[in-house]
Amino acid sequence: MSLLRVARAGRRFGNGTVALENVSLSVERGDFIALLGPSGCGKSTLLRLIAGLDRPDEGSIDWVGEPPKLGVVFQEPTLMPWASALDNVRLPMRLAGQNGRAAAREALGRVGLAGFEAARPRQLSGGMRMRVSLARALITKPRLLLLDEPFAALDEFTRHGLQDDVRALWRADGSSIVFVTHSIYEAAYLARRIVVMSPRPGRITAEIQSQLPEEGDRRLMPAYGALVAEITLALRAAHAS
Amino acid sequence: MRADRATPALFALGFLALWEAAVRGFDVPSYLVPGPVAIVQAFFAAPALLLRSLASTLVVTAAALVASCVLGVAMAGTIAISRWARAAILPWAVVLQVTPIVAIAPLIIVWVGDPFTALVVCATIVAFFPVFSNTLAGLGAPSPELIDLFRLYRAGPWRSLILLRLPAALPYFLAGLRVSGGLALVGAVVAEFVAGSGGVASGLAYRILEAGYRLQIPRMFAALVLLSVAGLCINAALGALESWALRRHS
Repeated sequence: MSLLRVARAGRRFGNGTVALENVSLSVERGDFIALLGPSGCGKSTLLRLIAGLDRPDEGSIDWVGEPPKLGVVFQEPTLMPWASALDNVRLPMRLAGQNGRAAAREALGRVGLAGFEAARPRQLSGGMRMRVSLARALITKPRLLLLDEPFAALDEFTRHGLQDDVRALWRADGSSIVFVTHSIYEAAYLARRIVVMSPRPGRITAEIQSQLPEEGDRRLMPAYGALVAEITLALRAAHAS
Repeated sequence: MRADRATPALFALGFLALWEAAVRGFDVPSYLVPGPVAIVQAFFAAPALLLRSLASTLVVTAAALVASCVLGVAMAGTIAISRWARAAILPWAVVLQVTPIVAIAPLIIVWVGDPFTALVVCATIVAFFPVFSNTLAGLGAPSPELIDLFRLYRAGPWRSLILLRLPAALPYFLAGLRVSGGLALVGAVVAEFVAGSGGVASGLAYRILEAGYRLQIPRMFAALVLLSVAGLCINAALGALESWALRRHS
């Protein structure tokens, strides 16, 4: 069942850059999509259009049925430096007129940060800050989670841990995820569907369905290597065209 | 560290000694340049009078500073929420800032009537702008991503102001407050000067005027020294408040 349909969407900016051209994409319920491409291919623009933070100049973006609750994680943790981890996480609840303390504690627990409720962002490591940001996105129990290169600034070890966490969360609650990344490995490891994009103008050049099993250590599977190779070829083909 | 602390004090002592020696050595009359000893004597000749005057000036300064904070934050907040208010208010705030207080103080003193209120109004006009403009800059300081986040959760302008813009503006506000503190004292003194004997006739500026008329130059200097010390104390107190609040803030 579809959750969202992007139909022939286009977005150009004032300086004449065509950020997106003729992009069509359907997001299914329970889907895990990776938007993959080099910088400037419009993947973040597409994510902002889906989040409703920006509007397309052409085409349409339509929810199938009621618009779902959204959670967004940006490339930076985007925390309020003057607020504790708990207050940062419960922000969406407060903006909805609720207290949210209990829900924030639970959300912090889900990302492995129980006990850090009172910590200020500057007292946390980069990975922990990103976990706080993730907990904040999860607190409203969103049905669609939008992640914009959330782990790009983290080291490899921290990144692997957070990637595992995101997959575990997704498998546990059955929500849908659109994940923007410029890492072939990240896309191959995480997603069920890899949408390859290319720049100038930003457009979709390929869609690859992942055949990796949900169970087991994906990073060590031969099929993972094969998927990485398949994506690499798709990106090369996009570059050549 | 010890040397760093001692240096300014030693320098001041040396300077004062040299001053006193020069005044005595060249036989400079005290109605031209009084020596430090004469100034201290002048203070102790009428300590209650001068301290009461200092208190009077400080009350005007404090009232003007509080008024500047309330007005500055309220106006900056209004401008941040409403585009219309920005267009309406901002030019007038700038006009107020560039108008020399000496030029409009006589009018204000005539219009307001009550001398104390008139002094506070004048000092507020001088002190208001740094708090206002800094707070306004701070209200626009949150990162675009945080603003996006608030938009995503459909936060209204009021909640955005309380939860995001005001806390983000705090460091800016505190920096402005420190500047405004000094300016409030300057404004209070200027207003007292302009008001002269038509004012409340009790502030330090009035003492300076009065001592000048009577050629009590050492007392004039004593009043000046008190003003400088008061200014330094205000600056130090607001600086301490700033670093304390910023430690808690981040």
